[in-house]
Amino acid sequence: MRPVDHAEASSHFIEATAHLEFHDRRLWDLRLKRDREAHGIAEWEELRNLASAIKEHTLSHLADYLEQFEAQAIKNGAHVHWARDASEHNQTVYDILAAHDAKTLVKSKSMLTDECEMRPFLETRGIKVIETDLGERIQQLDDEPPSHIVVPAVHKLRGDVSAVFARTIGSEPGNNDVHYLAEAMRQNTRPYFLRAEAGMTGANFAVAENGSFVVCTNEGNADLSANVPKLHIACIGIEKIIPKIEHLGVFIRMLSRSALGSPITQYTSHFRAPRPGAELHIVLVDNGRTQRLGMPDFWYSLKCIRCGACMNTCPVYRRSGGLSYGATYSGPIGIIMDPVFDIRKYSNLPYASTLNGSCTSVCPVKINIHEQIYKWRQIMTERNQLPLVKKEAIRIIGKVMSEPGLYRAAISATGLAIERLPRFAIYNWLNPWGRQREVPATPKQSFRSWYLENRSRR
Amino acid sequence: MTSRDTILAAVQANQPAPVQLPEIPQFEQSARILVEQFQEALVRMGGKLASFGDGYDLDTLVKSLFPDAKVICSATPEACGTRPLDQNATPASLADVDVAIVRAAFGVAETGSVWLSEDELQVNALAYLAQHLVVLLDPVRIVGNLHDAYSHPRFKTARYAVLVTGPSATADIEGVLIHGAQGVRSLTMLMVPI
Amino acid sequence: MRVGLFIPCYIDAFFPEVGIATLQLLERFGIDVAYPLDQTCCGQPMANSGCQKDAAGAEALFVKNFREFDLIVTPSGSCAHHVREHLDAIAQTPEVAKVRGGTYELVEFLHDVVKARDFPWAEFPHKVGLHNACTTLRKLRTAKASEIEEPDFSKPLDLLRKVRGIEFVMPSRPDECCGFGGTFSVFEEPVSAKMGYDKVEDHHRAGAEYIVSADMSCLMHQRGCAERLGLDIRFIHIAQVLNGSRP
Repeated sequence: MRPVDHAEASSHFIEATAHLEFHDRRLWDLRLKRDREAHGIAEWEELRNLASAIKEHTLSHLADYLEQFEAQAIKNGAHVHWARDASEHNQTVYDILAAHDAKTLVKSKSMLTDECEMRPFLETRGIKVIETDLGERIQQLDDEPPSHIVVPAVHKLRGDVSAVFARTIGSEPGNNDVHYLAEAMRQNTRPYFLRAEAGMTGANFAVAENGSFVVCTNEGNADLSANVPKLHIACIGIEKIIPKIEHLGVFIRMLSRSALGSPITQYTSHFRAPRPGAELHIVLVDNGRTQRLGMPDFWYSLKCIRCGACMNTCPVYRRSGGLSYGATYSGPIGIIMDPVFDIRKYSNLPYASTLNGSCTSVCPVKINIHEQIYKWRQIMTERNQLPLVKKEAIRIIGKVMSEPGLYRAAISATGLAIERLPRFAIYNWLNPWGRQREVPATPKQSFRSWYLENRSRR
Repeated sequence: MTSRDTILAAVQANQPAPVQLPEIPQFEQSARILVEQFQEALVRMGGKLASFGDGYDLDTLVKSLFPDAKVICSATPEACGTRPLDQNATPASLADVDVAIVRAAFGVAETGSVWLSEDELQVNALAYLAQHLVVLLDPVRIVGNLHDAYSHPRFKTARYAVLVTGPSATADIEGVLIHGAQGVRSLTMLMVPI
Repeated sequence: MRVGLFIPCYIDAFFPEVGIATLQLLERFGIDVAYPLDQTCCGQPMANSGCQKDAAGAEALFVKNFREFDLIVTPSGSCAHHVREHLDAIAQTPEVAKVRGGTYELVEFLHDVVKARDFPWAEFPHKVGLHNACTTLRKLRTAKASEIEEPDFSKPLDLLRKVRGIEFVMPSRPDECCGFGGTFSVFEEPVSAKMGYDKVEDHHRAGAEYIVSADMSCLMHQRGCAERLGLDIRFIHIAQVLNGSRP
């Protein structure tokens, strides 16, 4: 299985100029909106420090907090299940649905369920799964994964959405009006909410203090999924735990501001206990999280609250699109999470970065993303995941740079080559630099030569 | 070993060295009048404000705001609506509600949010299946910021609690803002003392 | 105080004028500065690729060349950052620690150590777009980054403001990465080039005649993009401007 080739995928993304232009502009706009919100809160950097410390404290005491959460949830009348990995998660969800004769499941956005590839698992077992988040639903109907964790169809233009809807839900072909398309989806989804036997949500935060969990949406689709059917299943990664209700003040203040530049999502929903006559099932999921917890350089990635701010600010992400990373989690946070799932498949991702550090600066929980990207590159080398060409090139450069004589010879050879070779010899497929850029001209002498002539007493 | 035991054992073995839990300080808040701050935030999030003139009763006012509404359900005894709301009704039976009227327990000035739970909603799904939502709020029950909101004791006891901020919205298609994505198309606030 | 001058390989090879300007500038402030002749590289290209073993040779040679100096100054933020934060492919002896702790990027050296605040010999009557390289900006913290909520500050601007005739113009995305990123410029060429094109076009639209930076690597990439695009915009290192270059 070949590793994901981000560079190759990005070249296609860049060729689609209208899509690229919108994608970059839209996400940069979200970044600017985030800046305006941050600027309006005097204590913004202090909130970041608090959010980071609360998460680090919780992760360093996670076993206790998980047990507290479970005990409280059970007291509240919820059922609590534990799933070690994706397939156990999927099986658990299926078993709950089967036990309730549920054939249709409406769900709000949960990256965890994408991570576990739950939908195909359920669909092959006869469960109809309806994504209700508009972006996720567009992607479901188009048989494509979500490209961004907050705005899953941001890589599509209205014409694309119109074509998908015309093909799948019977909307008017060629009608690209966004209001029309949104209304068509509303009308299409409403009957599913009303008939589904089960509803599923993820959770942004799970509060150990009282066994409750919080789901943030703008559409209200989590509230519909949870409050209409008699069965509510909540899939929650174990890293979502926070200690107390009061801590929500910090996180809710930061989440939507970081994600979309709005002070709060239209709906911030807190679920503690099932409705009378209904059932609440919580599935706590590991799927590699405990492994990451034990990695001294990488456990900080578990602080992530899934705001997507790192994606919005990342200049590489904006110009390559989430799908080019080949994983549920893309962009900067994806780079540091995905190699844990599959080191070979994602061995190129740590190089899809300039290490510019903007992601780290916008992260509301202060994950040191760019530093972890740097460290992952070391792991890739140690685990022999570098392509041979690259490995050899670096080895040669390293050798040249460790011996002054070799270095000086290389400098003059390069200079001569650039000076003497015809254009076609420099600008060809062997030289990636020269595809879209000019190569620097060669000066009359190197700095060292000048220094020897003008300053050195040697 | 159960999955639970396996996971907890792995967590226990892998969790990093203890980090202290910080105290959340009291942040300085704007000196602005809370009601004004609240209303400005609400409008920014797409909510509407309506006023209760003299001599109006709630039902008349709501009918005048939504002249085409056939089914109006109120979760608060302050209004009758056109159809009584049965607390034991199935959620799906509310699918044809045009306008729902609720009274929020409190509001949050920082964000323009209102707090509702199963007590205020009677049937939780009411606030989502209705096409439009009218929310009553006593202006003295507005707290400053979200830290204040989360210290409210009802978060501990409510089975379901929601901070609603404006109508249902999405911008998932080309960043164009839509109101009425899956939930209510509009949210109208009435600042009415209890 | 004896200062060792570290000139990164690409400046040695392609932009000696930047090294010359750096040297002359330090000499103007009376600094006793010397350039060890056997220097090569700080190890960053290998280390940034994750190849610690391949960086070790260059790093050991760096320490050997610079251990006799009190401080080391380099006209490259990413190299200074690498030495201070990541020169760890070799055993961490006291000598290594001294070299690491004593390495400065040129602007921070002039601003914080020399406390230079005037450049009477300098004149640059042009519209300038200032480019702060990401490592220099966010990791060496030579200026406020747009993401962070803190009081505004900028060491390069503090210095450049004293240059006669200089006029600053702001691009729409002042501190978005230009896409050089070291080996990124080769291995992720499509995105790198697009980022470079966007950067130079942004400065051009803002009216910049020159893009000035403390990092020649970024400028090398941006210039390569601008030349291919046929954009009428020039590139110059901050050392040259502060040293009184009149192009």
